[in-house]
Parts: sequence; C-alpha cells; structure tokens
Amino acid sequence: MAQKRFFKATRHHSGVGDYLFDIFNYTFLTFLCVIMLYPFINQLAVSLNDASDSLRGGIFLWPREFTLANYKHVFGEASIVNSFFISVLRTIIGTLTSVLGTAMVAYAISRKDFVLKKFVTIAFVLTMYFNGGLIPNYLLIKELNLLDSFWVYIVPGIIGVFNLIVIRSFIEGIPDSLFESAKIDGAGDFTTFFKIVLPLSLPVLATVSLFVAVYQWNSWFDVFLYNSSSSNLSTLQYELMKILQNSNASMSGKTAADAFANANASANMVTPTSIRATMTIVASLPIIMVYPFLQKYFVKGLTLGGVKG
Amino acid sequence: MQIGTRTVKEVINPSISVQQKAKTSFFKRLMSQKALLAMSLPFVVWLFIFKYIPLWGWAIAFQDFKPARGLLDQEWTGLEHFKFLFSDANFYRVLRNTLGMSTINLVLGFVTAIGLALLINEIRNIKFKKSIQTISYMPHFISWVVAASIVSYSLSLENGIINIVLVNLGIVDEPILWLGKEKWFWAINGLADVWKNVGWNTIIYLAAITMIDPEQYEAADIDGASRFQRIWNITLPSLKPTIIILLIMNLGYILESGFEAQYLLGNPMNLSYSENLDIYVLKYGISMGNFSIATAAGIFKTVVSFIFLFTANHIAKRFDQPRLF
Repeated sequence: MAQKRFFKATRHHSGVGDYLFDIFNYTFLTFLCVIMLYPFINQLAVSLNDASDSLRGGIFLWPREFTLANYKHVFGEASIVNSFFISVLRTIIGTLTSVLGTAMVAYAISRKDFVLKKFVTIAFVLTMYFNGGLIPNYLLIKELNLLDSFWVYIVPGIIGVFNLIVIRSFIEGIPDSLFESAKIDGAGDFTTFFKIVLPLSLPVLATVSLFVAVYQWNSWFDVFLYNSSSSNLSTLQYELMKILQNSNASMSGKTAADAFANANASANMVTPTSIRATMTIVASLPIIMVYPFLQKYFVKGLTLGGVKG
Repeated sequence: MQIGTRTVKEVINPSISVQQKAKTSFFKRLMSQKALLAMSLPFVVWLFIFKYIPLWGWAIAFQDFKPARGLLDQEWTGLEHFKFLFSDANFYRVLRNTLGMSTINLVLGFVTAIGLALLINEIRNIKFKKSIQTISYMPHFISWVVAASIVSYSLSLENGIINIVLVNLGIVDEPILWLGKEKWFWAINGLADVWKNVGWNTIIYLAAITMIDPEQYEAADIDGASRFQRIWNITLPSLKPTIIILLIMNLGYILESGFEAQYLLGNPMNLSYSENLDIYVLKYGISMGNFSIATAAGIFKTVVSFIFLFTANHIAKRFDQPRLF
C-alpha cells in the first residue's frame, strides 16, 4: 500500500512545468550533440569530396562529388606516411613503458612497510608544484644528447605524477589478505607485482593507458621543440600543425604560401582545404574509435583517483 | 580544469605511520627490500635528472647566458633581466592576456560544466544519457592541433559554418574574419575551450551527484517539488563542496591559461590579444635565442603559480570539505 502511494508520487508529480522542462532539456542536449559532432562530420565530408568542387563551398554533412583522391594523395606522400608511422610507434612504445614504469613505482609506494615510501612519494608529488621551465628543460635535453632522437618522445615523460597517484590509490584498495597469502606462498615483490597486482589493476591500467596514449598521439610541441630539424622523426600532429600555420599565415595577407598551394592544387587536384580536412580526420579518427570502449573505465578511474586521493 | 591536486596533502601524510614498525635498523630493512628498491630507484634517478636538475638552469636568468659556454662559466648580471621584464610593455601585455584568458576560461568552464552536469542528470532515458556523455567527451580526446584546425575552419570567411549561420539569420551583413579581430580573441579562445572540455569536466560533478542521498529527492517528490525546485534546492547545494574545492584549486592555476590554443589560433592580426606568458617565453627563448630573458619570465610564472597553488591548497585544507578532491 505504502509502496503504491510512493510509486504514484514519483510518477505523477510532473506538471506542465516539468513537461516543458523535459522538452527543453532533450532539445537543448540534442542541439549540443550537434555542435560537438558537426565539425567532424563536416571535415569528413570535405575530405571525401572532390577538392576543386569543395572550393565552391556548400559542403555540410555529405560529400557532393565523392572521391578518395584526398586520402590517396595524403597517403601517397612519403613524409606523411612516415609521420603516421612515427606517431603509431611513439604511442605504442610510450604507453607501454609509461604504464609499466608508473605501475611499478606505484606498487612500491603503496607498500606500507617500504622504507623509502615517504621519500619517493614526496619527491614525485613535489614536482607537481614547479618545473624548470622551457629553456632549462631544453638545455637538459640538449646536454643528454636527446635532440633529434626518437627517445625524446619517450624518456622525459615516462612517469606522470597524476597517473602515479591514481594507480597507487587503486593498488591500496586491493585487500591486504591477497598480499599476505602471496607472501606466505613465498612470492617476492616482483612476482606479486606481475602475477597479482597487474591483473587486478586492469581497470585503472586501462584508464591510464588511455590517458598516456592520447597524450602521445596528440603531442606536437616536443616534435617542434626538439626534433624540428629531423623530418624523419616528425609526427602526424606536427605535420597537421604546419599545414594549419601555413593557412593562418595566408589568411593574414601573406598570400605567397597560398598562391603556391593553389598552383600546386591545380596540378594535383588537391587544395590546402582538402588536405587539411583529410589530415584532421586521419589524426583524430584512431582516438575517436577507441575512447568510447574505455569510457566506463576512465570515468571510474578518474573518480577513484579523486575520491581516494 | 585541474583535478587530483588536492590529493597532494593526503599523499604527504600517509595514513599509516611507518614508525609503528619495530625499530630494526634502517639499513637492514633497506637491504631486505631489494625488489621494491629495484622497482622505484631507477625512476627516482630519472625524476632527479628530468625534474630537479633543470632547476639549476634557473641560474641562467641571473646571467648573460651564452650557449657556447658552460653554466658556471657565464657572466653574472644579477636582477637585470627581471628589471627588463618589469619595464617591458610587452610583458604587461602578455600578462594581461594570460590573466584575461584564464579568468574567462575559468568562469566559463565552471558555469558550463555545472550547467551541463545538471541537465544531463535530469535525463531519464539511459541510452540518451549515455550517448550525450560519450559524444560530449569526444572533443576532449582530440589534439589541440585538430581542434584549432576545426575552429579556424568553422570561423573562416568562405566556408565557415559560423559565418554561414550568422549571415543567413541576418545577424551580420557579411562574413567576418573572426580570427582577424583581435578584440574577439579571448571570447573565441574561451568558447573553443568550452567546446573541447565541457563534457569532460562534467564527469566530476556527475560523480558527486550520484553520492546524493536519494531520500532527499523522494522527500521533495512527496512535497510536490517541481524539477527546477529539485535542482535548485537539492542538487546544486549538494555540489557546493565540490564546486568550492575545484574553484579554489583552479585559482591556483590562474597563470596557466593554456598554451596550445593561443599558439595555434594566434596569427599576426590577433597577436596583441592572443600572446600569453608561455608564448612570450617561447618567442624570447627559441625564436630570438635570448635564453636569459625567457628563463626569467619562466621563473616569474613558476614562482607566482607556486604561491597561488600553495595558498589554494592551504585554503582548501582549511575548508576541509568531504574528501572529494
């Protein structure tokens, strides 16, 4: 009886105002999704449309003269193929090393009896508050002979303090009894780490992997700063960045780059606009296809990192 | 928005005190933990090389630095470069831009993220709710290069959707070169930031909302409260601790107005409003090769940020809100 009344109360409280609110809410959020998605769909349409036809304008959600020529052109360019390869490589190697390294340190500082627990934790956490800055970092990289090398993408950022704390919090949540029984079975720290901690931490490792992979895939500033003179180490994002800078410059009146691009365009049937749209899709599609599958992990991982600190 | 920074204070005070352990000699215990040492010490060495050694480089700001010579083999100039900074009109201009843009981003970022979280929370259809969340997270995952490319395309003269919509609605008579209008840059930068991060920033608030006691809503239902009243009187007040903590912590990052968006959307026409402190450092350091002035500007930024962060952390501690962030 009481339950029935409660049911009624929740179901029938909606008056006209609530109804209007729902209409507004669903409409507004749908509109918001359109704003979030439209630019991508538009770039996709432009990238799949004939380049010279795109110059007439009016491409919105769908290509008018469908072609794969823009993609063929982009992937026909040796430098772009190479940059794609470097982007993939740094994402894979960078993610694997970073997640493994961060998890190891996190495990060490999660052990209550670890003698250096406090020292190591503080040493890492302090670096959240300051950094040497652009020039001292640059000089360090130079001194270490990491300029114009692939490893400058991997080594300097191998451990992120935020990721470290997130993983440590997760490991601290693993029941003590598991560690104790492992110890009784004679397992050392390395065995415990690889056989127990890593498998149990998969959700948080998935989250951190996503963060690191996204960071690696999206990076362009380290390429610009450290490797801009070795074109064989360029990444996809840096190539797109150069195209963007060119069109920024041409917009503000320096039409030389533009004229060059256009002259190039009539010969190859590609335009800066089409190339840019194609590169935009190539540079973002891998991530867009992956992140939805990890959504439940990163939402959880992020909240956990925050709540448990 | 920054998250996880509040964790700092918890991290420094580990809950279980090590001293309770029987006091075997430090060295003996150290030797019995070889595996843990092997796991952590290589990375501590890494940490010192990559995070602590560059601090020595701060000396450059007090020298007339010539890259050909060693760090100790330089001419010392005292505070000269700092005096230059504080007399440089450009420095004040980039400082104004930095503070202007980070304030706009902070306020816009907070209001939109809280608003969106409240609206998403009111959606009953689970599938619709999930889709909204997934779609709104997407721009967070793409690079600023891609985002800047999209933004500048959307704002372009010929094919930009913004100009097409505005002209068709009769709001403007002819297309506007938005990125060429310096006075609009802060707004464009702020809106681009909202587009990219608003969905992501709702995660925190949505997580906090799930912790609200459902009985409160049930009671409100029985009292016949409308949806708007429920939001205003229950949901929003319950978010107050989260909002306060996040706001305080973000004030600590007030000199971090971002770098990529301004650098990638900046052009010679909007330069006087798009250049911020980070770009100033980059320009002096890398383009002009004046390492000393660039380092001095970098130190200024780090020190001021440190004071802000420290104060923010301290205030957050004083508030001692539920352990959210």
